[in-house]
Amino acid sequence: MLKVNGINAFYGKIQVLKDISLEVEEGSIVTILGANGAGKTTTMKTISGLLKPQQGNIKFLGEDVTGLRPDQKVKKGIALVPEGRQILAGMTVLENLEMGAYHRKDNEIDQDLERMFERFPILKEREKQLGGTLSGGQQQMLAIARAIMSRPKLLLLDEPSMGLAPLVVADIFKIIKEINQTGTTVLLVEQNARQALKVSDYGYVLETGKIVADGKADQLLNDPRIMEAYLGRKSS
Amino acid sequence: MLIEQLINGLTLGSIYAIVALGFTLVFGVLGIINMAHGEIFMFGAFIGVMITAMFDAPLWVAFGASILITAILGFFLETFALRPLRNKPGVSHLAPLISTIGVSIFLENLSHHLFGSGNKPFEAPFAQVSFQVGSITVYLVQIVIFVISIILMVALSIWLGKTKAGKALRATAENLETASLLGVDTKRIITMTVIIASAIGGIAGILVGMAFNSVNPQMGLSMGLKGLAIIILGGMGNVRGAMAGGLILGLAETFVVVYGDSGYKDAIAFLAIIVILLIRPQGLFGKKITT
Ligand SMILES: Nc1ncnc2c1ncn2[C@@H]1O[C@H](COP(=O)(O)OP(=O)(O)O)[C@@H](O)[C@H]1O
Ligand SMILES: [Mg+2]
Repeated sequence: MLKVNGINAFYGKIQVLKDISLEVEEGSIVTILGANGAGKTTTMKTISGLLKPQQGNIKFLGEDVTGLRPDQKVKKGIALVPEGRQILAGMTVLENLEMGAYHRKDNEIDQDLERMFERFPILKEREKQLGGTLSGGQQQMLAIARAIMSRPKLLLLDEPSMGLAPLVVADIFKIIKEINQTGTTVLLVEQNARQALKVSDYGYVLETGKIVADGKADQLLNDPRIMEAYLGRKSS
Repeated sequence: MLIEQLINGLTLGSIYAIVALGFTLVFGVLGIINMAHGEIFMFGAFIGVMITAMFDAPLWVAFGASILITAILGFFLETFALRPLRNKPGVSHLAPLISTIGVSIFLENLSHHLFGSGNKPFEAPFAQVSFQVGSITVYLVQIVIFVISIILMVALSIWLGKTKAGKALRATAENLETASLLGVDTKRIITMTVIIASAIGGIAGILVGMAFNSVNPQMGLSMGLKGLAIIILGGMGNVRGAMAGGLILGLAETFVVVYGDSGYKDAIAFLAIIVILLIRPQGLFGKKITT
């Protein structure tokens, strides 16, 4: 579904991504693991169009989408839940969700809203409240629900568990699994390696802008070398 | 007497509010102070004079023409003076500000050529019509100005609060990257914002012409500075703040003239900025485009 071929990305003159290639199969959950500063967010920004790669290309459903802007990629079916959630703090919960459906022209938006409110009752309760007044966990739910409102084919999640209490983290991973079961392909970035791999089909390990390992999720989980080097400390 | 002054203050204040709205919309979305807004406003005023005086057209035609021309000026401002500087590596944050100052100087000089320097009289057809309510004299023109301003403010609030485009503007103002990730073509929203702000400036220009019965090429600068004062007062980028700030300034100026010393009238705005910056640097209403 998604094919990233040899992308190099820079901030100014500093190269952050070095020849990254990865693939996400339709219907799967794929995780990118890596320490702080490895380039995970930069990879997500490049796939979503916030950053243009200097070299390489990105194919989505067979089509070259390398140079498209984020709003164009949303129309193609790629939605990013960015790091730090980026809730529109001055807009209500309902308005945040409506903005998720911004590009849609069909008449099932209200129906989807109802579905979101059923799935996330807390959002229904806070419907009229400003996004900025929600707790971290609620904001993450809102960010995910907002992205789903665009009816993405591929959902990109950048560290959805960051800064959340363990119980909430478990909830988030459950939600990710559910989203995937309803037919949405998921590309996940996590430092929470063990939990991420448990819900995933495939994983990539990123280190200083390079992919240093990849494999089936259960293979990575059982690879002592990788578990120790990248996943050991963060996994408990 | 008090009621009459209140009406005068509200009339003036509603015009100030409209001028400030143009500043605050652009600041909210682009994070820059549009120093050319005052001159676009002045152009709107002159277009109004030309249309009514030279072609003897009715007032609504003047409004239409002024909105059209200032909207076009806004489009040019964004396309040629602002967009080329956006997201370019190595371009200073101050560059767009300087660029708008350049445009303001250009427009002021252009207006000297096109319209001549000095005052041009502006007569609304009903300029002398007034009512007597008890002991109070109310001019029709004041009511028209006030009503148009209120309609404009209400319409803008509803548009920002309820329409898809208005929500996209607010989302872009809050976070451009997030808005684009949600599917908003932010470049289009920015262009639209500058055009709408400019057209609102054009309307304000005619209202000022009606209120003061004359227009001149320098009116852009003084009104621009007051608009700036108001958005600092109300909160940069805040729509409600611009409206409230405009009314507060209009009332304050009017009452200073009546009960104080008219020499200090124009100092009020700047005194207010100093006081506000000292006690509430974020302005009275904070910084978000909310409704
Ligand atoms: N906007 C930026 N400008 C310059 N350097 C950046 C910027 N964002 C990230 N970097 C650098 O790029 C590298 C990768 O960052 P990032 O992709 O955010 O890593 P991760 O998400 O894996 O923690 C880091 O060294 C970081 O300091
Ligand atoms: Mg990151």
